[in-house]
Amino acid sequence: MIVVAFVSFSLFNFVGDPINSMTGEDASDERRAEVREVLGLNDPVHIQFARFLGNIVQGNFGISYQLKREVSDLIGERLPATLELVFVSAMLAIITGTILGVYTGIHRDSFISNVILVVSLAGVSLPTFIIGIFLIYLFSVILGVLPSFGRGDVTDLGFWTTGFLTISGLKALILPSITLSLFQMTYVIRLVRAEMIEILQTDYIKFARARGIKNNIINYKHALKNGLIPVITITGINIGTLIAFSIITETVFQWPGMGSLFINAVYFVDIPIMSAYMIMVAFIFVMINFLVDITYYFIDPRIRFKEESN
Amino acid sequence: MSLLEINNLNISYKTRKETIVASSNVNFTLERGEILGIVGESGSGKSTIANAIINLIDPPGKITGGTIKIDNSELQNNEEIIQQIRGKKIGFVFQDPQTSLNPLFKIKDQLIETIQTHLNLSHDEALKKSITLLEEVGIENATKRIEDYPHQFSGGMRQRVVIALAISCEPDLIIADEPTTALDVSIQYQILELLKELTKKRNLGVIIITHDMGVIAETTNKVIVMRHGLIVEQGKTKDLLTNPKSSEARSLVISVPPTNKKIKRFKIISPDGLEITSSSANLTKNIIKTWGVRKNTNQKLLELKNITKIFDDQSISYRKKIDENTVKAVNNVSFKLFEGETLGLVGESGSGKSTIAKIITGLVRPSFGELEYNGLSLYNFRRKYQIEKIRGQIQMIFQDPYSSLNPRFKVRDIIAEPIKFFQKSITRKNLEQNVNDLIDIVGMTRKSLDRYPHEFSGGQRQRISIARALATRPRLLICDEPTSALDVSIQAQILNLLKDIQDELHLTMLFISHDLPVIRQMCDRTTVLKNGMVCETNDTEKIFINPEHSYTKELLKLMPKIESII
Amino acid sequence: MFQRTFNKIYDTDIGYSFFNSKIAIISSTIFFIIFLCSFFAGIVAPYNPFDPASVSLMDAFTPPIWSDGGSSNFFLGTDQQGRDMFSTMIYGSRISLIVGFASIFFAMILGVFLGVTAGYIGGRYEIIVMRITDIQLTIPTILMALLVDGIARAIISRSMHDEMAIYVLIFAIGISEWPQFARVTRASTLVEKNKEYVSASRIIGLSNIIIMFKHILPNILRPILVIATIGLALAIITESTLSFLGVGVPPTTPSLGTLIRFGNNFLFSGEWWITFFPAIFLVVLALSINLLGDWMRDALNPKLKKR
Repeated sequence: MIVVAFVSFSLFNFVGDPINSMTGEDASDERRAEVREVLGLNDPVHIQFARFLGNIVQGNFGISYQLKREVSDLIGERLPATLELVFVSAMLAIITGTILGVYTGIHRDSFISNVILVVSLAGVSLPTFIIGIFLIYLFSVILGVLPSFGRGDVTDLGFWTTGFLTISGLKALILPSITLSLFQMTYVIRLVRAEMIEILQTDYIKFARARGIKNNIINYKHALKNGLIPVITITGINIGTLIAFSIITETVFQWPGMGSLFINAVYFVDIPIMSAYMIMVAFIFVMINFLVDITYYFIDPRIRFKEESN
Repeated sequence: MSLLEINNLNISYKTRKETIVASSNVNFTLERGEILGIVGESGSGKSTIANAIINLIDPPGKITGGTIKIDNSELQNNEEIIQQIRGKKIGFVFQDPQTSLNPLFKIKDQLIETIQTHLNLSHDEALKKSITLLEEVGIENATKRIEDYPHQFSGGMRQRVVIALAISCEPDLIIADEPTTALDVSIQYQILELLKELTKKRNLGVIIITHDMGVIAETTNKVIVMRHGLIVEQGKTKDLLTNPKSSEARSLVISVPPTNKKIKRFKIISPDGLEITSSSANLTKNIIKTWGVRKNTNQKLLELKNITKIFDDQSISYRKKIDENTVKAVNNVSFKLFEGETLGLVGESGSGKSTIAKIITGLVRPSFGELEYNGLSLYNFRRKYQIEKIRGQIQMIFQDPYSSLNPRFKVRDIIAEPIKFFQKSITRKNLEQNVNDLIDIVGMTRKSLDRYPHEFSGGQRQRISIARALATRPRLLICDEPTSALDVSIQAQILNLLKDIQDELHLTMLFISHDLPVIRQMCDRTTVLKNGMVCETNDTEKIFINPEHSYTKELLKLMPKIESII
Repeated sequence: MFQRTFNKIYDTDIGYSFFNSKIAIISSTIFFIIFLCSFFAGIVAPYNPFDPASVSLMDAFTPPIWSDGGSSNFFLGTDQQGRDMFSTMIYGSRISLIVGFASIFFAMILGVFLGVTAGYIGGRYEIIVMRITDIQLTIPTILMALLVDGIARAIISRSMHDEMAIYVLIFAIGISEWPQFARVTRASTLVEKNKEYVSASRIIGLSNIIIMFKHILPNILRPILVIATIGLALAIITESTLSFLGVGVPPTTPSLGTLIRFGNNFLFSGEWWITFFPAIFLVVLALSINLLGDWMRDALNPKLKKR
């Protein structure tokens, strides 16, 4: 986290000239000096960094160059949108992906498995934005059943705005979340399938068969439990990727989330937003990884109990 | 009526080019209370037969003919029926206890599940039975240990758990596929005794598959010898071992290193049944010309003084705490090696023998101690490694023939590389001559030079390794379990080769092994190691006839002896 | 002689697997065709869409040849500026492929070097390299590329940026992909390092560099190749995504992603072909590479036993 904060900070201060962006190219020298003083840019570096960290902890990310508003306000408005989208997509990807992955792993040569695999391959080859455009075209333009942009009606809960509580909110969620989850889903399917195949060839599965334990139990109890472990690891990285890909999805569907905010920031070189986004995202990553580690600890007994030797 | 009756069993599998026959015309019977051994070199088909009985042959293999009868009822090729028989009538024990148990489930759950699959018991009843089973196989404190996970047991204990699982549903037949190959000699003894005891107590029929003739001699009543998928001989163990009739059986019996005396060379039987007695003496004349004649002065060549090695975790910090409880792989080991002799290092796994070899060759740094070679201090208390000065004089052959040669290099390049490294300006003609000499001396054809390692068998690969080791004209050759992965008759050939080379080229050898009979045949003096410490060092014959240390005595008592039955 | 080489290849496990897998043959053929087309774009494309002389606004919005209004001059139609769709696609795929290959090549060299050295040398060097790899792996490719691109934009002035855009893009995508290579390479190196032929080489006294790159590297090429193929597909998709978002290649040298972005504006007003054809082309390209990579992974994996 500290590393990220530092990179953010360097971005903020040393890349480009913030003064120019804020005051415009034509401002007089006096005006520039004034702004410099106010922003504290004349102080030595380490004081600036400390101030930076202090600000962040208080939730003050500075002011956007382009939109001229407090960055923290912008983030507060947009974060729920992104988080809801990411959450739904994650659930979709992991649950569907695991089920299909287990099925194709156990029934290796069946026709259905092959179909699923081919479709999953398409999922990896189709860039997210193409899927998004295609779905919009199909469901909004041709069929006209689902909205093609925006979040629908949202309920304001004070610090959080949610789309879960309205029908139009839920409807608006369908296409973007499918788009976002497809890439991850195919990845999960392949991973789980590969794991299952490898596990089904281990000695302990063979030994279980030699003891006469029924195939169904072997597949769904023994193999499955062992196969879920890598899925948990992947979940951590999954959420990260989803947040990244949400940038694309939000752009295609004009979803008012963090992602579209960030893309605009990159285009207009709006550094406060960029650095704030980086920090927020890094924070979320670190939290998720931490949660994954804890879950790992509870699931794998080899970590809980140390090995015994002679 | 026999417990098990196999008639005319045929197993084959299809590859993309042809159909390969794994076994054919297999006929034998097994009665209750009998222990049958199936022995043969690798690839002979012994495991395939065992897997066939419970219909667990790895695809694409399958049974293509013959019948298997248990208690006179034929085993159909029906998966449902077989699932009921597995575990209930037939119990199976696999070779590697490390991988046989599911690491995520407690022992309790694995036992109860197995029991409830075949026997109609409630959860509590099954639990009680499980605890009784664990006690029967010799696990102490069963009520508490049953709540543990597999990785919390040691290798020997795990195999006991595996056996408990195998007998949990009261089967009549137990098949054990190399049950003790992965275990130390002392644990092996205990497991085999356990099996013998269970056979008697429960009146079971047991099949043990192994390649170890000593195990056969001490454990089995009947034995089957297999080769290339065919049974070449079968009969009562005592009869077959004292008077083997087929050439394969004779080859197996005769190549086993004797445990009760020292012989000059291992006896080998050629495929047509005659004994091979030639040596490679003639082939070495060329090499001696290029190397120059060496004199054997019987001076001290190598000395280890108080060598200790501690392996610690990788950490970035500099501080290391060393106390009573840290694990020392090598603990205060000292010994001397004299020119021209063969010194044996013998011990079980964890004894530190391989680590010592790595320290001598510079692959691993010792934590403390001194190392002296030919008067030059290789590593002293000032912690400087000087091995560069004597590069090439110490060489090593390794245990695993499958990973000791680079699969991407041709044999010619493998042998040529060290020569080119030491003689940078060697001409092409001389290089070729050297390589040819080396491949001759290890008994392989010149055609092999243009092939890749994967085209050769284990024994041939070891020969190539020996050629590579000799390429730098070493004075000291370290052999780290060079034949442990090879079949008995191939082992005999390779060991004879090593003896010949040593004689002709006046090499000094450090021979590392866990196999006591082999040590007896190969080494003049021996050091016995346990847990990184030296137990005793003496002339080999004295150690075998009159051991002093209690550990040595125990090892000698427990080692399986083929002579026990003759 | 050709017959003999062919037989030798067919006899190896990989060769056999290849010639018996319809998927492998079809996908590699498709890929090869696309590759050749874009390489010889000048010859294959009927027009040069970037030569202002050959483009006229009068031809704009011509639909494909099979719809009414279509003309045989432009069999896939034209875009909003009158450029022939087929030609722009060919030239666009060239950009996509160049960026894809270059970035993966960069990532591979960097990643493999760091992976092999980290795995072999070990110690603190390995821990540091792997930490960096882990941290970078949690950051998704797109984000990484966006960040690098964003920083570049801030550093380089607007006008220079367009010229350098392709190099920045290649660098950005390459930087985001190298950890994959490093991780796989290091894992394979660790496995090989423990093999006895490496110990034998060390005992002989061969230098570390020779052991790493002459002995170990040839043995770990297989998984690297699989990752490279699949990474190529990913790089192409990443590039097109970035271009679609507007932060990729400059509009003067459009890639397939840029073309899709242009066409997106006209999708709902009925000129569907401006987006549709580049999209299909991109998907086919990515699919063929992925299929090839998939087949390669299965063919080179010793653990997947054949039934």
